[in-house]
Amino acid sequence: MPGAGADSAVRAAPPPGPQAGRWRRRAITAVFLGPAAFFLLVWLVYPTVQTVIRSFFDRSGSHFVWFDNYSALFTSDTLLTAIKNNAIWVGVVPAVVTAIGLVFAVLTERVRWSVAFKIAVFMPMAISLFAAGVIWHILDARDPQQGALNAAIKVVHDTFSSSGVLTTANPSSPALQGTTEKGFVLRTPLRPGETALLGLTAIPPDEVPTGARQAVVPQPVPGAITGTVWRDFKPGGGRPGVVESQELGLAGVTVELRDTAGRSVASTTSADDGSFEFADVRPGSYRAGIGSKTFSAPFEGVSWLGPKLITPSIMIAYIWVWAGFAMVVIAAGLAAISREVLEAARTDGATEWQVFRRVTVPMLGPVLSVVFITMLINVLKVFDIVLSVAPGSSQDDANVIALAMWRTSFLGANDFGLGSAIAVFLFLLVIPVLALNVRRFRRET
Amino acid sequence: MTAAPVRAPSAPSVRKPPDSRARRILRAVARGPLHLVLAFIAVLWLVPTFGLFLTSLIPASDIAQKGWWEVLSKPSITTFENYRDLFDNNDLTKALLTTAEIAVGNTILLVLVASLAGYAFAWLQFPGRDLLFVGVIALLVVPLQTALIPIFSLYNNTGLFDTVLGLILFHVAFGMPFAIFLLRNFFAGIPKDILESARIDGASELRIFFRLILPLGLPAIASLAIFQFLWTWNDLIVALTFGRNTQPITVAIFSQLRQFGTNIELIAPASFVSLAIPLCVFLAFQRYFVQGLLAGSVK
Repeated sequence: MPGAGADSAVRAAPPPGPQAGRWRRRAITAVFLGPAAFFLLVWLVYPTVQTVIRSFFDRSGSHFVWFDNYSALFTSDTLLTAIKNNAIWVGVVPAVVTAIGLVFAVLTERVRWSVAFKIAVFMPMAISLFAAGVIWHILDARDPQQGALNAAIKVVHDTFSSSGVLTTANPSSPALQGTTEKGFVLRTPLRPGETALLGLTAIPPDEVPTGARQAVVPQPVPGAITGTVWRDFKPGGGRPGVVESQELGLAGVTVELRDTAGRSVASTTSADDGSFEFADVRPGSYRAGIGSKTFSAPFEGVSWLGPKLITPSIMIAYIWVWAGFAMVVIAAGLAAISREVLEAARTDGATEWQVFRRVTVPMLGPVLSVVFITMLINVLKVFDIVLSVAPGSSQDDANVIALAMWRTSFLGANDFGLGSAIAVFLFLLVIPVLALNVRRFRRET
Repeated sequence: MTAAPVRAPSAPSVRKPPDSRARRILRAVARGPLHLVLAFIAVLWLVPTFGLFLTSLIPASDIAQKGWWEVLSKPSITTFENYRDLFDNNDLTKALLTTAEIAVGNTILLVLVASLAGYAFAWLQFPGRDLLFVGVIALLVVPLQTALIPIFSLYNNTGLFDTVLGLILFHVAFGMPFAIFLLRNFFAGIPKDILESARIDGASELRIFFRLILPLGLPAIASLAIFQFLWTWNDLIVALTFGRNTQPITVAIFSQLRQFGTNIELIAPASFVSLAIPLCVFLAFQRYFVQGLLAGSVK
């Protein structure tokens, strides 16, 4: 493969051999080349030819069907999904991997512990794509209790918007109106010095906040609006809209005070006994209510492995594996760039960004294209990681060409005709890259 | 896995012009954020693997309720029970052994066969040599999917199906183009004088090959062997296609994965063991690897 760590090929001159030893020399050549030729012919050349032929026959292999398998390739839904997904892979992954590799390579050049950094980033390369898939399968688990990715998001989510203390409730009396989505508001306006009774029912018992105390009847305070939020329910019923004994205060409920135009002017949280107080309210008419935040659902986890996000999730795992490869190859190219050129540009007053954009990147062109092309081939053949990250239920949505070929041929369907056609299609896709490789090699020798 | 040109991390470049102390300190401070960013990235890259390791230490009874990060605050819940169960599980130990047989066997065979061919392409004269070599390069990109169906039938007819030998031969063949490419280029860089004088002394080609080429080519052979070992150890698709009861560890884990959710306590340690071995190979040979590559390019 291009860029392999061998020195540039030095052409060997023909050894001046005597004519007499010609057959002997041929025999020796055969000894050296024979075993390799055997492997290449039996396992690569013959199967490729055979696969092309097989792709024109039906499932049983007895009927010649012309291009039927190839038209099935572009009409079957599963296969179209596979082709579409592979196109996304080709469009996204090689570019991202090359870019990440470039950035990492340029950044590590400036620190002394670059070797440690490179080992850390390169390490996933030693792990199989399959094992990497298992790792990410576990990280991507939906439940924030189990999936690290969702657990991390939950931490951020809860920092910025704490989930509400309740999930559902109804007003206990017609005095309170609204819905859990919009919040509840008292029908009668209040003035400073008056009290608000915000009674709720239909709260599941396990959602009553622990440590809840007996609700208290609010006492009017001059210049302030006070009130109570409570679970207006006790065994046996009780009277709606009245705070009675055995009825518990609801703590942590968001209480809002709105002006006559409906704008929220103040907001507070209820105490353990359900009481709250808006102190120093300016004279006027207000409405008290329960904010919808009280009912905001807790973060349930992003469904990374579900049908919508499965392909991006697999790509992240794949990029995690290959970034190190790109970084190391590009870093080797970077080390070969003459320092003088970079220093000259800096002396001429170029900023670091200009040096990077106008000098480093153009000079790295050949190395970048080697990385990009290598990734292109790899991405066209992506297989193992899809199989291990995607759970069975998402595999149709995550399908790629190589996987589709395998599933069509060996998993249940056992359609060798269609499977062969998919394999040939895959082969055709990599042929342009093959041409590039041969040209490069010709140039080098 | 594909034959990727993998290079080990190279030595740090210290080619800074001498600075005054003040400027050095100033620069170090200015680079504080850079160090932080890089440290963050390094940790980010290490976390997934570390997380798998911690997952493998959580006892089966807790695994459904606890994420691996909780182990950090409560290290007392960890246990090596999962590993004991793993090594008591005959299927999985047998799978590890099968993996080792396949990886070691095919690597040795490939190195031998590809070295012979690499030498022929580098130093023997025969008609059509360059054209044949271009042919080998062309085979580099053949996706192994193109071979699966015909080889499946071939193996069924020859009794190679579901055997370690069948898997080894397949891996050798698909490692061959890259191996020949790598070794031919390396061997071609061996100084001509050494070979010429050996030939004048009357050494046979085979003798030259075993006494000169193999020892001199050791750096390239070593890196080839490491690559091949790694990617056959890690293979899934070939073993999944040509094996039923002959299961390497990847296939064994894969079949566990199909019933996911119930047995992470088995999958996590098995995955960790399966990746620990190639990881050790990589870390152990990394330095040797770099030296080999440098030696190759200096000659």
